[in-house]
Formats: sequence, C-alpha cells, structure tokens
Amino acid sequence: MTEASHGSEPSSPGIAELVMHTLAGDRRAIARLISLMERGSGEARQALAQLYPHTGQAHTVGVTGAPGTGKSTLVNAMAKVYRQQGLAVGIVAVDPTSPFSGGAILGDRIRMRDLATDPHIFIRSMATRGSLGGLARATVDAARVLDAAGYPVIVVETVGAGQDEVDIARAAHTTVVLQMPASGDDIQAIKAGILEVADIIVVNKSDLPGAENTVAALQVMLDLNSAHAELHHGKLVHVEGPATAGIAALGAWRPPVLQTCAIREDGVKELVAAIDAHWEYQRASGLKEQREREQVAEELRRIVRYTLLQHVLHQIPRQGLEDTVERVVARQEDPYSAADRLIAQAGLALDQQ
Amino acid sequence: MAQDKIRVLIAKPGLDGHDRGAKVVARALRDAGMEVIYTGLRQTPEMIAEAALQEDVDMVGLSILSGAHMTLVPRVVNLLHSHGLSDVLVFVGGIIPDEDVPELLKIGVKGIYGPGAPLDDIVRDVQREVAEH
Repeated sequence: MTEASHGSEPSSPGIAELVMHTLAGDRRAIARLISLMERGSGEARQALAQLYPHTGQAHTVGVTGAPGTGKSTLVNAMAKVYRQQGLAVGIVAVDPTSPFSGGAILGDRIRMRDLATDPHIFIRSMATRGSLGGLARATVDAARVLDAAGYPVIVVETVGAGQDEVDIARAAHTTVVLQMPASGDDIQAIKAGILEVADIIVVNKSDLPGAENTVAALQVMLDLNSAHAELHHGKLVHVEGPATAGIAALGAWRPPVLQTCAIREDGVKELVAAIDAHWEYQRASGLKEQREREQVAEELRRIVRYTLLQHVLHQIPRQGLEDTVERVVARQEDPYSAADRLIAQAGLALDQQ
Repeated sequence: MAQDKIRVLIAKPGLDGHDRGAKVVARALRDAGMEVIYTGLRQTPEMIAEAALQEDVDMVGLSILSGAHMTLVPRVVNLLHSHGLSDVLVFVGGIIPDEDVPELLKIGVKGIYGPGAPLDDIVRDVQREVAEH
C-alpha cells in the first residue's frame, strides 16, 4: 500500500488519458485499465473515480455453476446470439489462482474461439488472486470498465462454483446458474446456496440422459421456494429499500428452468430471450434499483472492511502480530481479546458491540 | 500486495495438434506464480494478437511443431506491432532448426526452445526478460 492510495491528489495525466481512450472504446486502453484495476493501486482508484459517472448503462449477466458444467461454452454461444442481435459483448471470465504458487492457468478462451477476432467482443480472463466467493476482487471493476467503454451486455463467468460461491449475485443484474443432468438428487436442489441466487436456471448438456429428471427436480424445488420468492436477493443482503409495489403488481419472478446444449447452440436463443425478459421484469418492477442499492451497500461494506483491515495491519508492527499469534497459540489470550487489543494499538477506538 | 503478476499468453498457431509441450510450459509458468492464458490449438496469428491485446499480457509464447514457424512467427510479431503491442515479448518453443534461429532472433524473438529445454531455464528467462523490459 502506497500513500498514493489516499487519493485526493491531482490525477496523473496518464490516467486521465487512459480513461479518455477507454470511454472512446479503445481496446488497448480498456485492457490496460483492467490491469490497473487488478493491481488495485491508488491509480486504480483515480481511474475508477473518473470512470464511474459513465457506468450503469450495461446489462450485466452472471454465469455460474460447477466446474465442467459448460459455462465457457455457453458464454461463447450466448455471445454469438447477442452478436446476431447487433449487440457488442464484454466478457470477464474468472479462473482460480493456485493457493500454493500464486499462479493460474486461465483457460476459458479455449471454448470461446468463435469470438476471437470479432471486433465487437472483448474477452478478459481473470485469476481470483486469493478471493473466495467465485469472483476476483477486481471483477466488478473490470465489468465497470467495459460498461463505461460502451459494451451494452457484459457477461461475467465465475470460477467453477460449488455450493457457496454466490458473489456473482452481488455483481450481476441477472444470474444464470448452470446445472448438469444427473448432478445430484432432489435434496441437493433444496439445499441452501447457489440455486437460491439464480434468476434463471439452465440444465446444460441436455443431450445427456437424465436432463428431463433434473429439470423436474428443479421445478419441484422452485415450487417449495415460491413462498420466499419476493424476498429473493432481499435475503442475500439486508437493506431497507422502497416498498416494491412494482413487484406486487407484476407478480414475483420465478426463475425459469431451461435446457441447453451449448456446444450445439441448442436452446441458447431461448436462454438469451429469458435473460432479456428478466431485465425487462427488473426494470418494470423496480427490482433493478432495489438490487443496485443492495449491491452498493454490500460493496461499501466490503471496501470499508478491506480499507480498515489494511489500515490496522499497516499500523501494527509485524513483530506485534507475531507475538500476539504466539500468545493466542499458548492460550495466554483468546482470539477476540487479542483482536481488540490489536485494533486499539492501531489507534482505532471502537465501541464494544 | 499490489505487485504486478506476470501475464503470459500461450498459444499454438497453425495446424499441428501436439499441445503437450505447450501445456507443460504453461504449467511450469503457473507454478512460478505467473498467470497463463491458454488459448488452445489452431490459433491464427490474428487471434493470438487480438488475445494478447485484450489480456494485456507481458509475453506471448508460441508453440509450433509443424515447421511453419518462419511464416507464422513473423506474422504474429507484425500483428503485435500493428496492434501497438511492440513491448510484448515473444518466445517460441517447438521444432526450430538451428539455421532458422538467427532470423527469428533478428525479428525480435527473445527466446527459442527446442525439445528437452529445461523448464527452469524457460521460467528464469521469462522472469528476467519481463523484469528488464
């Protein structure tokens, strides 16, 4: 962390130029600005401050699901449908960073070769760099760069997600969750987790046996869920929003369950139509604004948490932290008291809650 | 915490289907802490240059075993230049006859590796070249 991160100093001309070229759609500038966001320096904050007023135009679609369910292949097919509609598409595809080496193999492009030289497609591969939850720390900011650069549709592909990687719902307007045929019994379908954040559920690889049964099990799960459907996403983060009169008038959104065979591009047009319908529903019902407030509130919490953590870690001498670890390991102090003491050492007076 | 990660594009231009070497090198670079964008088989030079641009990589590694390197490599290098990416380093691995090496170095290729090249050498060369750049 450099001092530059406390950013009220004048913006460096390089950054302003990079932002200007990005807003004009210059692909090299977009790529470099995303790299800046990944580094997360003070310059990144400057750039984002200049970029932010130009964001909020795009429809951000999240695609998530377990490894091997066909996310990249589906994104490839979806992008082709959007291109047939004349829409440019920005894609951010996230793959995991090795916890041991810090390196990563980013392989999502392999399945997106149809898009490789289309000048109206921009694909960026991104490593998680230690973030849990299915996205990298900079994924949302990368999507913002593409939004400001004028891509009307942005598809964010998460890492192969298990049951709990639900960050995508905080980053996207529409979350598509992929399942595969025969991927577990009906109890899997009613567990908490990733299906709860789905706006649209897709059973991909529909050419495999068992697809119909999987669809049926998911429909049963949704029948059980309908009681809480209105709270959908309201459950995720608790934020007071305006009354959702629009939702009452339109009825709650029930996630459709669709079948696709992404590699043959079967069912993908229907999926894109469902994504469009969800976008229309959100705008007509007021859910879009409500969800955006929830997302911003969550993001602010995350930034405050991160900034405070950096501040505290910056103030505490490394030796102090190591000594504290030793004391806790030796049972001379419990972890909560130790954390309170470290926070107090960092000069932050906190009321005990 | 905010240090730069080395980003590398590994691509196989042309039509040969032997990607074992490319995968082994990709894995070695990953294990050295780099982010490796792996694009797979049968890439055209246009696809490779466009991917290098979008991914903002420090280096492009080309794996060629088809014998077409004297056509493909200059084409990739030229496209990188025309995309404003002359600062992106190019490495080549595969079956490259000795007599072709000087010409490839002349057009700006930074490293050329044949069968059996030690992975540690490749990793060290990439780290050095990127650092010096």
